[in-house]
Amino acid sequence: MDLTWSDTEDTFRANCRTWLEANVPAKPLPSGDTADGFAAHLGWERRLHADRWAVVSWPEEYGGRGASLWEWLIFEEEYYRAGAPQRVTQNGIFLLAPTLFDFGTPEQQARFLPRMAAADDLWCQGWSEPNAGSDLANVRSKAMRDDEAGGWRLTGQKTWTTRGAFCTHMFGLFRTDPASDRHKGLTYFLVPLDTPGVSVRGFGRLDGDQGFAEVFLDDAFVPDDLVLGEVDGGWGVAMATTGSERGLTLRSPGRFMAAAARLVDLYQRYGNGANPTLREAVTQAWMDAEAYQLYTLADVTAIVDGSAVGARSSLNKVWWSELDVRLHEAALGLLGPRGELIDGSPGAVDGGSWMKGYEFALAGPIYAGTNEIQRNVIAERVLGLPRGAR
Amino acid sequence: MRFAFDDQQREFAGAVRELLDGACDPASVRECWTNATGHSAHRWQLLADMGVTGLTVPEGHGGLGMGELDWVLVMEETGRAALPEPIVETVAVAAPMLAEFAPTELAAEWLSRIADGSAIVAVQHQGKPFVVSGGYADLLLLASGNEMHAVPRADVRIVSEQVSVDGARRIVEVDWHKRPATLIAGGEAGYRCINASFDRGALGTAAQLLGLTDRMLSTTVAYVKEREQFGVPIGSFQAVKHHLADALMALEFARPVVYRAAYSLAHGAPHRSRDVSMAKAYASDAATHVAAVALQCHGAIAYTVEYDLHLFMKRAWALAASWGDASWHRQRVAMSVLGPPPSGGNSSRASTPAPSEAAPLGETLA
Repeated sequence: MDLTWSDTEDTFRANCRTWLEANVPAKPLPSGDTADGFAAHLGWERRLHADRWAVVSWPEEYGGRGASLWEWLIFEEEYYRAGAPQRVTQNGIFLLAPTLFDFGTPEQQARFLPRMAAADDLWCQGWSEPNAGSDLANVRSKAMRDDEAGGWRLTGQKTWTTRGAFCTHMFGLFRTDPASDRHKGLTYFLVPLDTPGVSVRGFGRLDGDQGFAEVFLDDAFVPDDLVLGEVDGGWGVAMATTGSERGLTLRSPGRFMAAAARLVDLYQRYGNGANPTLREAVTQAWMDAEAYQLYTLADVTAIVDGSAVGARSSLNKVWWSELDVRLHEAALGLLGPRGELIDGSPGAVDGGSWMKGYEFALAGPIYAGTNEIQRNVIAERVLGLPRGAR
Repeated sequence: MRFAFDDQQREFAGAVRELLDGACDPASVRECWTNATGHSAHRWQLLADMGVTGLTVPEGHGGLGMGELDWVLVMEETGRAALPEPIVETVAVAAPMLAEFAPTELAAEWLSRIADGSAIVAVQHQGKPFVVSGGYADLLLLASGNEMHAVPRADVRIVSEQVSVDGARRIVEVDWHKRPATLIAGGEAGYRCINASFDRGALGTAAQLLGLTDRMLSTTVAYVKEREQFGVPIGSFQAVKHHLADALMALEFARPVVYRAAYSLAHGAPHRSRDVSMAKAYASDAATHVAAVALQCHGAIAYTVEYDLHLFMKRAWALAASWGDASWHRQRVAMSVLGPPPSGGNSSRASTPAPSEAAPLGETLA
């Protein structure tokens, strides 16, 4: 066991820190889940990309640095420690990209990865439908074969599409075999949102930002080269993506360690007279973030040794999403009557970011597969309990 | 960076597990509830023969000279088996304490006996009135102020015999007189000795709690796969699944925290006491939570003394409260991360001294 970083990793960290300190905007950008804020975040993404910090773990040919998984964790720690902006490109670079690396043709990789890294193409997810949420296999949106044109015609509706109104492309599942049921007969498509027949409507989230969208497809044609993986084999391809999302790549420990450090700072500023319950809640939140870091270090060691994380990524997702809620509850407890004051209120603390963060944290147990679904996955695939009625 | 044990560490723990599967099965744990001595001399000798009692004894005294990273998995196995004897006290606490702090002759006498299995050691940590296994241990390590003493059992008087909810824990209250010949360390060294020993005892107990938690969870998982109601295994019900998913999460996130604390102690990290406290807090919480889940998912069958689960539940309750409970340890983490609690606030605990890494532990542990 060795819990120290190598000289190379220390140097990598120092380089991250130096660049971030010189480049992170002094004033926080407006929310990336609004039209103006999204534009500001694109500027930031392009700055990251120009200096090759956008996708550190990717090969250099696609704009990365070929960083190891350890270095990626270090980058994430430094990124959130520096208070750098949210990654509006995350659904592409963290969720689609791993799938493209695994399932994409060389042509697809060359066509999409560099533009994704540069934030030229902006990707959103097309999983959920009005009647396919937790029950993702109930997808009804369909793709009809068009042999003459050499492709597929997509019809249906996707929803809860984060930042869909600001993105250029969507990846998602469509039913290619009309006679199929459940997990079979689905295909993974890459859909440019400017395709004729596609329309996108943004709408407000709990926090008021226009961060959600629904995407309507009406006989929208996509050519064969926009199928990712095998036709009718989309479920397996999609599960590779949700595995990334639940686990490490969507929410690295660095994010929560930084949030816990900010919570400790808030305690120092507002904790005077804090009751022992709040003191314990702050401590527990700090410990939970630390525990997530330790769990991840053990997990990454296992990955480096060649074992697959698989369904254990569900443990990870439940942990970080619920710790994030508790962490923000502790913060709002410290703020007391100021907790409800949001951005624009003269008495708001830290620009109302704790309430905003709380609202966002509450999405965690819902997105990327609800925590109820995750607990089913843990019970059935890790503990080996029998499947049953939902 | 490599957060994993090496093959030797895993293999040794595996061998201990095999030994205890036979030598410390539930039937033999039950025997220790009812027999006169509360322990098994035969089993202790088997552990000694394998090298377990001498794990931390320096090689010059017949031991293996190993450290926290080498014994943490072994203690986990002793927890999984609900081993009744004071293995944490003897191996994790006493031998390193004697080796590091005791005068040469005193250390030499007892270290070789620990290694060959002829001495079981009980430890009273400061502020605690009771000594677990103190009635049958050969040597008692007793704290008095900032002094630590090594007193043979013949020289202590048993004042009372307590009765634990866990019948395999024989707890006594002792009266004793300190003599220069019994002194292990005093003054500044005594303070360091007491603190280091407390951290090792808390870590060893946290590791045992991991093993107990794993045992209770795996027993329950096996049960809910078999037990049928409404014509199907009860493990197919979501309500049961979610209980057990949470139980697994509690265990799997406590695990690396405990292992990191072992690493911090082994390397003398500046924040080692904080890390041990995190470990004991998570392990205690996981064990008490999973004990309750295990009972609930079994239903009435586990609410009996005929069914074995209670052996592990009761040990979990006892150990969760030993060497500082979760709440006490969280307070020690808070001291490290947040600093002292605000004074003059509306704290209902304001009159209770808070734990501190810079004050004798006994003040706050009672």
